[in-house]
Order: sequence, then C-alpha cells, then structure tokens
Amino acid sequence: MHVNVRLFARLRELAEAESLTVEVPTPATAATVWRALCVTVPALTPFERAVSCAINTNFSRMSQPVADGDDVAFLPPVSGG
Amino acid sequence: MPSPDAVRYARHLLLPEFGRQGQQRLLNARVLIIGLGGLGSPAALYLAAAGVGTLGLVDFDVVDESNLHRQIIHGTADIGRAKLASAAEKIRSVNPDVVLELHEVPFGVPNARALVDAYDVVLDGTDNFPTRYLVNDACVMSGTPNVYGSVFRFEGQAAVFAAPGGPCYRCLHPEPPPDGLIPNCAEAGVLGVLPGIIGTVQATEAIKLVTGMGESLAGRLLLYDALRMTFRTITLPRDPECPVCGDASTIRTLVAYGQTCQPSETAAMKDEMTVDELHQWRESGHPHMLLDVRERFEHASAHIEGAVLIPMGTVMQQLELLPRDRTVVVQCQSGGRSARVTAALRQKGFEAVNLAGGIHAWRMAGYL
Ligand SMILES: [Zn+2]
Repeated sequence: MHVNVRLFARLRELAEAESLTVEVPTPATAATVWRALCVTVPALTPFERAVSCAINTNFSRMSQPVADGDDVAFLPPVSGG
Repeated sequence: MPSPDAVRYARHLLLPEFGRQGQQRLLNARVLIIGLGGLGSPAALYLAAAGVGTLGLVDFDVVDESNLHRQIIHGTADIGRAKLASAAEKIRSVNPDVVLELHEVPFGVPNARALVDAYDVVLDGTDNFPTRYLVNDACVMSGTPNVYGSVFRFEGQAAVFAAPGGPCYRCLHPEPPPDGLIPNCAEAGVLGVLPGIIGTVQATEAIKLVTGMGESLAGRLLLYDALRMTFRTITLPRDPECPVCGDASTIRTLVAYGQTCQPSETAAMKDEMTVDELHQWRESGHPHMLLDVRERFEHASAHIEGAVLIPMGTVMQQLELLPRDRTVVVQCQSGGRSARVTAALRQKGFEAVNLAGGIHAWRMAGYL
C-alpha cells in the first residue's frame, strides 16, 4: 500500500522534499513507514529516536497502524527562537 | 487596581468578546517572557501595547548586529547593550503603564520554579533545547501555562503546553534530541519575519489565556510554513505516559541538560570538553591556549578573557600562530563551528579540544 509522507524542518532539508509517497507492505505502522523512508533517504536514520509523528493530522505513536492512502507526518524537534 | 485607560484601549473595549472585563483581566495579569530574541521581541511589544499589567522579562544576552533582522524590539543603536535594557526602553515608550520586572539572569534549574510560579502565563521565546525542556518541566510542575513557539529556517510551530488537562512539550518530544542532531543557533538560518509571525501567535494565545476568550491552542500543535504560506494544525492530546505530565511521571524534579547548543552532525563528536572542565583548567593553571574562532563582531560583543581571536575562515591559513606543545581549546558561540575547526586541527596534528556549548554555555554556567 501507499502512504503520503510529509516532512518538516530538518527532515525536509535532508530529504530535499516536503512530501513523498512511500510504499509499505500491509499491515504497517508509522514505524514501518519511517524505516521505508530511511531506506530511500538514509540521512534521516539518526533521527529515529528524536522524531514525532502524526497520522492524518492526529499526533500518533510510531506503533500506530497506518492504512492505504494515509497522510503520515514526521516532525523533528525544532529549537530556534 | 487602576481601571483600564478608555482611550488607549478603545478598540479593545469595542469588542463584545473582550470589553472592559477582558481589558481588566489583562491589567491584572502577570506574564513572563523568557528570551527577548526573535519570538520574545514581537510578543513583548504586543503584550505591552495590549495592556498586560505586569511583564516579567528574562534574558542575560547582549544585542548583536546579527540579531537585528528579526529581533525587532532592539535597534541599531542598541548593539552591545543588554537586551533587557533595550527591551525595557522600547516597552516603556509603547506603554508606560506596564510594570516591568527585569530578570537579567540565565533561566536555570536554581531559579526556574520560582520565576514561573510568580506569573500567570509563561511565553517560551528561548532558542535552545535545554532551556525549552526546563521551561516546560517548570511550567508543568507549577501548573502555569506555557505558550510555546519555535522556528527553523522558513518553518515555525506554536502550542499551549501545561494548560489544565492539556499536553506538554514532552508529550510531543519526550526527551531532548541526541547532541549534534539538530543544527542550532548561528548554524541554521532563519527568515527574519518568521519569528514575528510565531511570536505574535504566542502573544495572541497568552492574551486568550488571560482573558478567557475563544478556543485555546492547547491540545493542538500549529505548524506554519512561510514558503508555502500554509498553517496546519495537528491534534496533540496529553500523553498519559508522558515522563513529566503523565499519570505516573518519572520526572519530578528539575534537571539540567548539558549543552545549550549542539554542533551539527557533520562535526566531530568527540574530543570535547565542558565549560566546567575549562574553568577548572583556568583556575588550576593547566597549560592550554583558548582559541576563539567566531567573527570579529561576535568577539567584540562578548568574549572569554584571554581568548585568542582567529575567525574560522582564516584559522587554517595561520597555523603558525597555534602552539604544538599544549592543548588548543577551540571555542565559538555555541560549539558548532569550533567542533569543525577542532576536527580540522586534529587532522593537522594539533592537540585540539572543542569547548562544548561555546561561550553561550560559558555564560550560562555563570563564568562570564
Ligand atoms: Zn507531557
């Protein structure tokens, strides 16, 4: 199945993309999507422990299941002021 | 309590949702702004103009020319001046009735709780993870709402944390990121107007919390993208397993996180020393050379006594100035640039050590 991934801040910079489509096997969780994303963009790998995620605009745990066509957003922490 | 000025606040008093009661609540309110930088500048100006009765301001930094493209409370004539003095002057000119409480100290573990407890609402305008976590934890423990904002390049985010029943910053990001993962401070650029947008969103939420108007941002995270001009919100409920605001919280006292600003992931990650270690070296006379690799204007606004200034761009062309018989402690503003110089010097055979957190950490530790 396909999910729409949206990236923010440093992740967007590293992936050089704001959004991209990721293919994952069924069933899948947000963590499955993240790992598939890191295969495409290995530079994201170190963010695994720091990243937060939202599925269809609801903050979610990485263990949360995703469905075909879901929007999955990954957010790194941001500290600038 | 005096009654609010009918002329100055006439356009507020015309709003039925706001009216005399809202204005009176603002007048009675005490708001603490932590950091008079990109976020705190517009927030302080608008909260003062709106008629917040008492504004507490926390900052111990001085105005640097590179601040001026976004920190609009400070002007060209303020370069080199304490940010608090500069901000207080502008606020008094905007609204002389505002009572100002100036706290020219680092926001740290020893004073965090007392500062937060003394106010009704806190506005987080800080620029580093350790202080943000400390602000969050102190607000959760105190039960004081924390109006959060943060910026990166062209993107910003805002939220209300530690409101009754709402989430906190650790519900979003339970622990600070590993050192060096997120570019920080001088290393990441920022569109000057961006913190203006986010800082005014923060001021709006602070006013709503104080007056009880409207629907608070608590329970949502606002994400702003200046390049695409989009505002998105994601729902963010309180996490019952949150380490600080959860049902079985594991963090019950305030803790300090070491670095105030991390080097980028491309920089050398080892061969570092802490500001406390350097302080000890200086006290005990341990032989070393302290090398400041910042730009001349940064050095002019503040420097560690005895540091030799060679800006990063010219160090490698002036290696003959560096000793080979003792350690070269490399220092910059926050530890990022100096980490790269440290790595380059070690390749050339120098015994170079990076000062973690740079002069910022030095100052935070109270050595400056
Ligand atoms: Zn929490």
